[in-house]
Amino acid sequence: MSRNLRQKLGFALLSTVTIIVVLPILWVVGYIVVQGAPAISWEFISAMPRDGMRAGGVWPAIVGTVLLTLGTAIFAVPLGVAVAIYLAEYAQDTMLTRIIRLAIINLAGVPSVVYGLFGLGLFVIFLQFGTSILAGSLTLAIMTLPVIISTAEEALRAVPQSFRIVSFSLGGTRWQTIRRVVLPQALPGILTGVILGLERAAGETAPILFTVAAFFLPRLPSSIFDQTMALPYHLYVISTQVPGMPVQIQYGTALVLLIFVLSMNILAAVMRSRFRAKRQW
Amino acid sequence: METDTQAKCEFQAVSYTYEDGVQALRGISLCIYPNQITAIFGPAGGGKSTLLRLLNRLNDLIPGRQLEGRVLLDGEDLYTSGVDVHALRRRAGMVFATPVPLPMSIRRNLTYGPELAGVRDRARLDELVERSLKAAALWDEVSDRLDDPAIALSGGQQQRLCLARTLALEPEVILLDEPTSGLDPISTAKVEASLQELKKRYTVIIVPHSVQQAARVADHAVFILQGELVEEASGGQLFTNPTDQRTEGYITGRFG
Repeated sequence: MSRNLRQKLGFALLSTVTIIVVLPILWVVGYIVVQGAPAISWEFISAMPRDGMRAGGVWPAIVGTVLLTLGTAIFAVPLGVAVAIYLAEYAQDTMLTRIIRLAIINLAGVPSVVYGLFGLGLFVIFLQFGTSILAGSLTLAIMTLPVIISTAEEALRAVPQSFRIVSFSLGGTRWQTIRRVVLPQALPGILTGVILGLERAAGETAPILFTVAAFFLPRLPSSIFDQTMALPYHLYVISTQVPGMPVQIQYGTALVLLIFVLSMNILAAVMRSRFRAKRQW
Repeated sequence: METDTQAKCEFQAVSYTYEDGVQALRGISLCIYPNQITAIFGPAGGGKSTLLRLLNRLNDLIPGRQLEGRVLLDGEDLYTSGVDVHALRRRAGMVFATPVPLPMSIRRNLTYGPELAGVRDRARLDELVERSLKAAALWDEVSDRLDDPAIALSGGQQQRLCLARTLALEPEVILLDEPTSGLDPISTAKVEASLQELKKRYTVIIVPHSVQQAARVADHAVFILQGELVEEASGGQLFTNPTDQRTEGYITGRFG
């Protein structure tokens, strides 16, 4: 009886703790939804801002964030996956690879504002890309790389070694083995990591602050050397820099950003479970 | 067809040491002839798998190994610099103790090796699939579901699939490393029966999973104990009338 009671107590305690952890998240999301939902309309997501951003929509910021996310993906995904393949499949355990690993771990810990300053120094000024989508995407890509590399490497390492040995024993070269057996099996895990990395990039303010984000630009960018508005920075601007800003618009913008990031998150989760179900090992 | 006097594989005073200093093989000299089943048997950890893996250079994957002596296939040294390892692995196909179907369909498992070797012709691939499945006694069970995932097969079917996959390479030598260790007696019998067919066309080298299996299948038997070749003779000779005391002790079950 007492053992039974203890079990029940323990169970109740753990459930309570779990609920306590989840509550703030639900609260934050719920609050933003409640406050922001009235602002959401077709005009809000499809129109330019008007009256010093106090009215109108957030369309250029949405476009900017989508473009920056795509730009980040173009640079970060091929590079990150290639590095992961090298580390997981080719690299021996040498001093050099240990240093590379250490560098990747440290990169993941660098504050995002530091990436912003780095991007300003390297891409905007030194390489003369100016404050542009190109410079912003590159900066975000560097910030995202460690996430993509480590999740992709983990996904590659999770593929059973026996598949590789069988492939070698059937006359496969290392590259044939990677391309035909290892990569297809690791792809779901890699994609999940890619989406989670891009999601972080989409929501960041600091790295784009000096490299691409426009305070107010009532038109869409016309080239990769153009500035653009972006949702996170726009949110920062209308929350702190514009006097007399309707609260509704602030929360509406927050809600749009939240939906953008959450839907990427959900996409990753759905993909992961889909592929898990189909996995053959 | 080669004559029986021409050795297909030959080990000349082969010693093999792993990185941690463990000496897996000591001065092994052995000739293996085509069109018969050579069984290499002995207690666990004696170097049997190492010996097999020297023939397809699968040991290359392990760093820090040391090989002395020569390993020959058709009289050619496998460990000189000009050898195409990938082509060699197609000539000496291997079946492992645990069946590992690649995560793809039955058909793609079989065409995997040939496709890597550059075979693209659809009809040719289909022919290879059918021929190798028949030779591994699996065709009747799977011919109507070749595009199902290979993992859906039973353990015994999976191992015959792995055998068929090796045959699809059209190898010259078939290396079997305890191919029936995880199988039920019926599946084991099927695999052993296919070996009897296969030896007509190939050189078959098996590390059997028991002395009994060695006695059942071996035309030529080689007893390996702690990295040393103790005795080799025809199957009938070695299992009924061993000359070395250690061989006798092992096959009668006094140790092992």
